[in-house]
Amino acid sequence: MAATMTQKVMYTDTTICTGCRACMVACKQWNQLPYEEPEWTGGYGNRSHFSDKAWRFVRFIEVDDPRPSHKGEVQWLMMSDVCKHCQQAGCLEACPTGAIHRTAWGTVDIDQGICNGCRDCVASCPFGVIAFNADTGRVNKCTFCSDRVPAGMPTACAKTCPTSSIRFGDKEPMLEMARARVKELKAQGFERANLYGDSDILGGLNAFYVLADSPSVYGLPERPELPQRNVNLDSALAIASSVVIGLAALVSFRDQGAGRQG
Amino acid sequence: MTTNLIDIQNADVIMITSNMAENHPVGFQWVVRAKERGAKVIHVDPRFTRTSALADIHVPLRSGTNIAFFGGLMAYAMNNDKIHTEYVAHYTNASMLIDDGFGFDDGMFTGYDGDAKRYDRTTWRYQTNPDGSPKRDTTLRHPRTVYQLMKRHYSRYTPEMVERVCGIPKAKFLQVAELFCSTGGPKKTKTGTVVYALNLTQHTNGVQNIRALAMLQLLLGNIGLPGGGVVALRGHANVQGATDLAVLYQDLPGYMAMPLRDVHPDLATYLEKETPKGGYWINKPAFFISLLKAWYGDAATKANDFGYDFIPKREKADAYSQQHIFVDMYEGKIKGFFAIGQNPAVGNPNATLARAALAKLDWLVVKDIFHTETAEFWRAPGVDPKSINTEVFFFPAAPAAEKNGTLTNTMRLIQWHNMAVEPPGDVRSDLHFWYHLGKRIKALYASSTARRDQGIKALVWDYPEEGKHAEPSAAHVLREMNGYVWAPDWKDRVQLKSFGECKADGTTAAGCWIYTGVFPDEKTNRAASRQIDKSGKDYLQHGWGFAWPANRRIMYNRASADLDGKPWIESKALIQWDPDADNGPGAPKGKWVGRDVPDYGPTLAPRAPKNAAGPLKGVGGNDPFIMRPDGVAGLFAPLVDGPLPEHYEPVEAPTRNLLSKQQINPVAKIWQVADGRNEIAEVGSSKYPYVLTTYRLTEHHLSGVMSRQLPWLAEMFKSHFAEISEELAKEKGIRNGDLVEVSTPRGSIKLRAMVTKRLRPFTIDGKTVHQIGIPWHWGYVGIAKGDVTNDLVASVGDPNVYIQESKALLCNVEKAAQQGVA
Repeated sequence: MAATMTQKVMYTDTTICTGCRACMVACKQWNQLPYEEPEWTGGYGNRSHFSDKAWRFVRFIEVDDPRPSHKGEVQWLMMSDVCKHCQQAGCLEACPTGAIHRTAWGTVDIDQGICNGCRDCVASCPFGVIAFNADTGRVNKCTFCSDRVPAGMPTACAKTCPTSSIRFGDKEPMLEMARARVKELKAQGFERANLYGDSDILGGLNAFYVLADSPSVYGLPERPELPQRNVNLDSALAIASSVVIGLAALVSFRDQGAGRQG
Repeated sequence: MTTNLIDIQNADVIMITSNMAENHPVGFQWVVRAKERGAKVIHVDPRFTRTSALADIHVPLRSGTNIAFFGGLMAYAMNNDKIHTEYVAHYTNASMLIDDGFGFDDGMFTGYDGDAKRYDRTTWRYQTNPDGSPKRDTTLRHPRTVYQLMKRHYSRYTPEMVERVCGIPKAKFLQVAELFCSTGGPKKTKTGTVVYALNLTQHTNGVQNIRALAMLQLLLGNIGLPGGGVVALRGHANVQGATDLAVLYQDLPGYMAMPLRDVHPDLATYLEKETPKGGYWINKPAFFISLLKAWYGDAATKANDFGYDFIPKREKADAYSQQHIFVDMYEGKIKGFFAIGQNPAVGNPNATLARAALAKLDWLVVKDIFHTETAEFWRAPGVDPKSINTEVFFFPAAPAAEKNGTLTNTMRLIQWHNMAVEPPGDVRSDLHFWYHLGKRIKALYASSTARRDQGIKALVWDYPEEGKHAEPSAAHVLREMNGYVWAPDWKDRVQLKSFGECKADGTTAAGCWIYTGVFPDEKTNRAASRQIDKSGKDYLQHGWGFAWPANRRIMYNRASADLDGKPWIESKALIQWDPDADNGPGAPKGKWVGRDVPDYGPTLAPRAPKNAAGPLKGVGGNDPFIMRPDGVAGLFAPLVDGPLPEHYEPVEAPTRNLLSKQQINPVAKIWQVADGRNEIAEVGSSKYPYVLTTYRLTEHHLSGVMSRQLPWLAEMFKSHFAEISEELAKEKGIRNGDLVEVSTPRGSIKLRAMVTKRLRPFTIDGKTVHQIGIPWHWGYVGIAKGDVTNDLVASVGDPNVYIQESKALLCNVEKAAQQGVA
């Protein structure tokens, strides 16, 4: 990996998203993903989870307005959800073949030529992003337009977004913008406004968000953790318990021996 | 629109009355930009929508009560010292004195003829001085000034009345009034813009709705300034172009009246009656005769009135609108019909009537990029194809990417597009279709000696043909619209550079005078220009496309400067008078300069007296509205239904009119259709107790022809649905996702209930009124299918333009048998 290449990110300011879903269509068009029977979500959304044919989708959330100045009024939050391209990526760590890899610009991609369809990654993603494609026998997800970015083009969704809610660019200036935006929103009365995906979340997300309300309101884990993060502790506990059992056995046998002696 | 989408970023307050984020998502970026600069956004809508989600204040308003709301705002501005006094006194007709015979009583203006259901507008006029000029009191104190009449008229529109009629709580109304009117005042420091779309037009008082908001903007001094204006959002990519080129029954290209048979029997009478005595329209004869020359060339001579007799004439004004056509069709008066890029089987109001009418035709031609419900009306659900005798021809149409041409968008911007790929198979452009049809018709009539056929024979139809399919050159069509010095041969036609070059003597030809300048020489197509100024100096981007008229981006921009030609607000300068500008040897100094093309005489100095002659006759140095005969904006303007907007209830309403005894617009059009096909619900109907409004979604386009057939769009919104409040759902035992039946006296449809917090019941005059909302994109062809919403809508119309009332009607909703719920 060319560690010197600039990290590329998508910064999504959900507070200027109009939920037009042009990003979803742009994603499907660029990646030639086929039609999929939608689900009735009860609102404007046509799905509630990712699939092998939908790598991006907009969540529509009707809530009480979080601003104290708008007490008793409704608010309609919209969030265009996508792979977060985590710095500590569960999928990447779980992948036994090396198909899932980190790109030179810091994102996470799946090499379809190497993936063997084991699906270990599916369970390892705290965001439910990765989906199995029954036709190809492989898994897929947002590629961060790995067939556009090296050519100097922004991701298809960011290019399409009419309000610039999804922005594509270099990590540090985008993070600066996002932090400033959170301050602005707090000043406007969005007391719980937050940046989701700074280094505190899985080492940083290369697709990060500014949210008007708590992450859980958007269906995001407040403190996402990787399943394999528990492996060390589990292993230590397992080793510790085997040591305890072994010692107990030794003691017990010694006791027996002692008994015979006695 | 008076302004430009890009300019919205300069507004301090934006009042959106349409669902802009939903229906104009790309233009909405400028609202977002304005917000980033600190602007406040007000959204007025019965529903909390995608636009409300990004607004600072959502104002829920019962559908059909816009004038009560705008009237309330006008009253607030006038009573709280929020009007921009100098602007109002000098740039509008607020200071004109109105005839003593004019009056208003309990909902009715003077002159109503109850039998004929029309107004005699004789008294709706100025008092005049002996020289014919209007009497004026620029102090605005005289009781007969337009201003004082308005003040009295809107004094009834109190915050309390707004609450009772519109259902907007008084405190919220006052909050909005204070915020929006902060853009006015005698010492104005801010600008505000107002956005509207079909939300205001599709009413039996649609034109008056728009007048009301334009008047509010004039009172606040917001027209012509950066960040001001009226943002009229069009419902379709090229509606502006269609209107400019008169795909309308009442106009000829460039907004000149389609002649009426009895009113305009000959050219001299037409020009006499249609040409005002002052203002830039005094040049109409040059534009009109240039139009005739563009159409009839050498066959248009002074001796034959330049071919005036070749143009068909209207029998009467109350005829030929889309609604008239379908009623006539149903009555068997129309034998054949071309549906080119339109889908009346879904898109027309009272769509069941539209489909029944199509069945009365001998032949129907449909040209579209997909099979439409109109093309397939003969096998619509419940129709036995054997019972239909209409012969239907379907022609596959080329979409934009498969043809050259222009679209004129919502901000009068003409943009050229090149063909990206050849259309496949038998697919042809619409231009190809009309051009070759015209050629064949001309061949058929070539030997006719009948007088009525001479126009067909005389028509100039000489666009060069290109390629293997003999595609007519769209560039030459645009050159003709631009206009040229008339010559029989293309190679001798010298393009006009501005409409000021149009002549009334038959030496020039111009197919649409307002477009002149778009093709100023044979090699320059300014619609195809794509220069972007990134420096910020030319924020209006005059190098991108061409905006009519004269590449002007903000109309009435003389009004951005005060009586001395200085900007009202320094930070909102647009054009201003430079007294030292050199106009060449011998010419007096001084001209208008700035960031836009002046909408004014370039050297007409501030405070100059009214011109006695010349192309701007009747316009003086402080008359920014040069298209008006008196150079000022018309707060008082005699439309067929009144000189001042007055609130009337929609034809179907849940309440009596609380402002007067007159329930509906007294001159509203209500069609009498045979076979009970246009029944109307009574006021406060118990059978149809709920207000219904119809609208569109981002993901689908119009009647769905272009979106319900595309898998990626069809899957976004596959099921047809009705938005219903939690309160009404509870009352009716409806759960989210249930199949419901919505009915009106015209028909009923089945669709899914989307139960949402975003709709809430209104309290109207102390009583709870529920409102539901239904998008109208669905039909019986395509991937995403559903019942036709417009089956519910009545055949009623605004008396000025006959647009339907599909934004406010009455309905019932009941839970349906839960069969086939996907």
